[in-house]
Amino acid sequence: MNLTLHVWRQNGPSDKGRFETYQANGISEHMSFLEMLDFVNEKLESEGKAPIVFEHDCREGICGSCGFMIDGKAHGGQHRTTVCQLHMRSFKDGDVLTLEPWRAAAFPVLRDLMVDRSAFDRIVQAGGYVSVRSGSPQDANAILVGKEEVDRAFDAAACIGCGACVASCPNASAMLFTGAKISHLGLLPQGQPERYRRVQAMTQTMDEAGFGYCSNHGECSAFCPKDISLDVIAMTNRDLMAAQVKGRSEG
Amino acid sequence: MILESKAPGGDIQTAWQRHKFDIKIVNPANKRKYTVIVVGTGLAGAAAAATLGELGYNVLNFCFQDSARRAHSIAAQGGINAAKNYQGDGDSVYRLFYDTVKGGDFRAREENVYRLAEVSGNIIDQAVAQGVPFAREYGGLLSNRSFGGSLVSRTFYAQGQTGQQLLIGAYQALSRQVKDGKVKLFARTEMLDLVIEDGHARGIITRNLVTGKIERHVADAVVLGTGGYGNAFFLSTNAMGSNVTAAWRAAKRGALFANPCFTQIHPTCIPVSGGYQSKLTLMSESLRNDGRVWAPKNPADAWDMAKGKLGKDPRQIPEADRDYFLERRYPTFGNLVPRDVASRAAKKACDDGQGVAYEGRGVYLDFAESIGRLGQKAVAERYGNLFEMYERITGDNPFETPMRIYPAVHYTMGGLWVDYNLQSNVPGLFVIGEANFSDHGANRLGASALMQGLSDGYFVLPYTIGHYLAQVGPRPKSTDWGSFKQVEGEVNEKTKKLLSIKGKRSVDSFHRELGLLMWEHCGMARNEQGLTTLLQEIPRIREEFWKDVSVPGSEGEVNQVLERAGRVADFLEFTEMMVLDARERRESCGGHFREEFQTEEGEAKRDDENFQYVAAWEFKGVGVAPELHKEPLNFRYVKPSQRSYK
Ligand SMILES: Cc1cc2nc3c(=O)[nH]c(=O)nc-3n(C[C@H](O)[C@H](O)[C@H](O)COP(=O)(O)OP(=O)(O)OC[C@H]3O[C@@H](n4cnc5c(N)ncnc54)[C@H](O)[C@@H]3O)c2cc1C
Ligand code: FES
Repeated sequence: MNLTLHVWRQNGPSDKGRFETYQANGISEHMSFLEMLDFVNEKLESEGKAPIVFEHDCREGICGSCGFMIDGKAHGGQHRTTVCQLHMRSFKDGDVLTLEPWRAAAFPVLRDLMVDRSAFDRIVQAGGYVSVRSGSPQDANAILVGKEEVDRAFDAAACIGCGACVASCPNASAMLFTGAKISHLGLLPQGQPERYRRVQAMTQTMDEAGFGYCSNHGECSAFCPKDISLDVIAMTNRDLMAAQVKGRSEG
Repeated sequence: MILESKAPGGDIQTAWQRHKFDIKIVNPANKRKYTVIVVGTGLAGAAAAATLGELGYNVLNFCFQDSARRAHSIAAQGGINAAKNYQGDGDSVYRLFYDTVKGGDFRAREENVYRLAEVSGNIIDQAVAQGVPFAREYGGLLSNRSFGGSLVSRTFYAQGQTGQQLLIGAYQALSRQVKDGKVKLFARTEMLDLVIEDGHARGIITRNLVTGKIERHVADAVVLGTGGYGNAFFLSTNAMGSNVTAAWRAAKRGALFANPCFTQIHPTCIPVSGGYQSKLTLMSESLRNDGRVWAPKNPADAWDMAKGKLGKDPRQIPEADRDYFLERRYPTFGNLVPRDVASRAAKKACDDGQGVAYEGRGVYLDFAESIGRLGQKAVAERYGNLFEMYERITGDNPFETPMRIYPAVHYTMGGLWVDYNLQSNVPGLFVIGEANFSDHGANRLGASALMQGLSDGYFVLPYTIGHYLAQVGPRPKSTDWGSFKQVEGEVNEKTKKLLSIKGKRSVDSFHRELGLLMWEHCGMARNEQGLTTLLQEIPRIREEFWKDVSVPGSEGEVNQVLERAGRVADFLEFTEMMVLDARERRESCGGHFREEFQTEEGEAKRDDENFQYVAAWEFKGVGVAPELHKEPLNFRYVKPSQRSYK
């Protein structure tokens, strides 16, 4: 099949950027979307031109490196699918596609489709962990956790930190990402001692990083490739309220 | 050069405890005087950096991805082994040790393997304390599954995302140290060379992948946890960025590279579907617990199947015309034979014309029987996300039609040579995780890489490195040393050269050419003639690369082509060492199958008399034959025998 791509090209954070048009001809339906871009890039490269910069690593939907907007939809909008897992059989001959980076004040564009997501790391550094030392824990089976509980914690822990939630939210809020970590740890017995400090520290860092507020649009969850549920936001809000009532700020 | 393993002698069961007592400990008040560089944020690197930070050292931690959480370990699916014996099925530290030595076909160091088995239980304790959501039973206890090469159930898992959950646990521990100021993280930073001062590893040269800036970092010791080199074959299940650069640059500076030809081919990957393919996707080994491997008996049926959906439907092939070749050849282990055995059996079926995918390279993995026995719901519970992943890639639904699978390069047992302390022959250079050669011999058992990475990172290196640091004491540190200046100069020169060629061929076209040849002649089966061909072809491709590669752009900006070009340039040198090693090892063992050396039934035939050693190669120059050093292996506990899974 043959496709036309309008791709956002931007040389660096200070460049103002523009769309450029490329033809992707002779594409096989078995290719993945990124293999289609490889193909376009390989041609650009052998002509000595700068290829389109996009991030990727595992190409299996698990590392969270990849991600950009296809026709305004994060990862292309296919349910539970990152852009590296998207296959060309979902497209048809003659399609015209627009490729843009995540757009959010907290995610500055570094080049073309590549953005800076380091704010996510800072949110986790603020308290997204259980404070245990290495080398001295008790026997694993001494902590009993019910199957339903652990399954819910797992569902939240499945977040890959790709940033699609932020890119899909009209306010560029990071509540789904932050809430996923708060819920993962808050649902497990191991996470209880630091539960309320954690929620305060992480949401505060999130606000400081320049993400927008959450007004319950739900686009974040709808476009999340791992189907993280809006429940994690509800839990975060509940815990935040409880933390304020308890007055247990970090101090 | 004499390679001293430094493994403690005497009773193996008390060896690690005795060793920990005998080695030196750095005074807690002095730890802050030391800086340690850890390259890599995978399970090995993140665990080591977090633990060293917690112990009080200053840690500089590097990765090339945009976040530490994205290291390739994140992709591990199936699980992690530990000798907990929670199932009460007779597992023990000794049994895990035994299975690993035997699974590795008697080419690993016994003492290292014993220690690995010994600390395996602590890893599970550690991960659970961090909040890693392993699968559990209704009563709240941890659940286990079985994996290839073992008859007990000792694998812990978190659906099909065990690596992700373990890595996030380590990343969280690391994040805590970053917040406490003990670890400084450098994401999007690639190590391009190692700096040796006065005979000791003292620093690295890096490139900032956003600004292109070349930087010098100095420390008291350097730890490499930079992963494996499976991408030497171009197509592999590794992440696209996985590379040999860090290890190879260290080798070029004097570190010995051990058993480079020991690579693992994983039996259950999604077959290649065309020439544009950029990587291969693994389907977890755990699937072999409930899936049955078969191929049509009749090549004419196979030919129909190979044409895909247009051909005959595999479900229409009657039982009598199916060859369940693993069950037929290995009645005791059946579908659960180790990876090397399963892979070769699939290759043989395809060589015999029974293959069912693109270019006749694929066999079936069929769940019909287990769906009938357990019900669709139970099968979905175990493998739901893997089935989904398969369907997303191939468009076929494994609940309805059997999966098609074929072996693919997956893991590299070879790596930089290290002693029992995980120190290379270069003082102050330590190597952990997949980047070292230590524990898996010639074949790694499933679910043992995560175990080894975390064992090295959480429980071994943080103590053994103290022994080195305490001996050398705090030393002055400066990035103005002549050694830094010289190495940085060499790095800059190489970058300039890559940018100045302005040729016509893409970096990937060279990588693909190299990889295909390697797969053909140094993959699942190897022989003298094929290996000799490679030794002629690799220098030719390398020469062409340096004449005709196209690397657009400049060094002072985001330049992904330049990054890839540097890695491919290293593969073009390193693969020569791999091939030489494969040619020199005139025996078959584990994943290294020399066609000239096989039993009458077509199994690997070891030659313990002549090859019971670790082959450690010393770099002597590009295009110059490296020098072979041998570390003899002694088996005091598990007596080498012909592996049998029949
Ligand atoms: C698809 C797949 C599934 C697997 N499933 C399992 C499983 O179920 N069980 C199991 O036990 N094993 C499994 N394995 C194997 C296992 O995942 C790996 O062997 C292991 O995770 C390697 O960990 P590591 O820490 O050594 O390296 P990696 O996780 O590869 O990390 C390497 C790190 O080094 C950094 N790095 C590399 N080079 C440089 C450089 N030059 N400069 C700066 N940084 C650098 C990277 O950024 C990264 O942070 C699987 C492997 C694959 C490919
Ligand atoms: S490349 Fe890893 S999730 Fe897409």
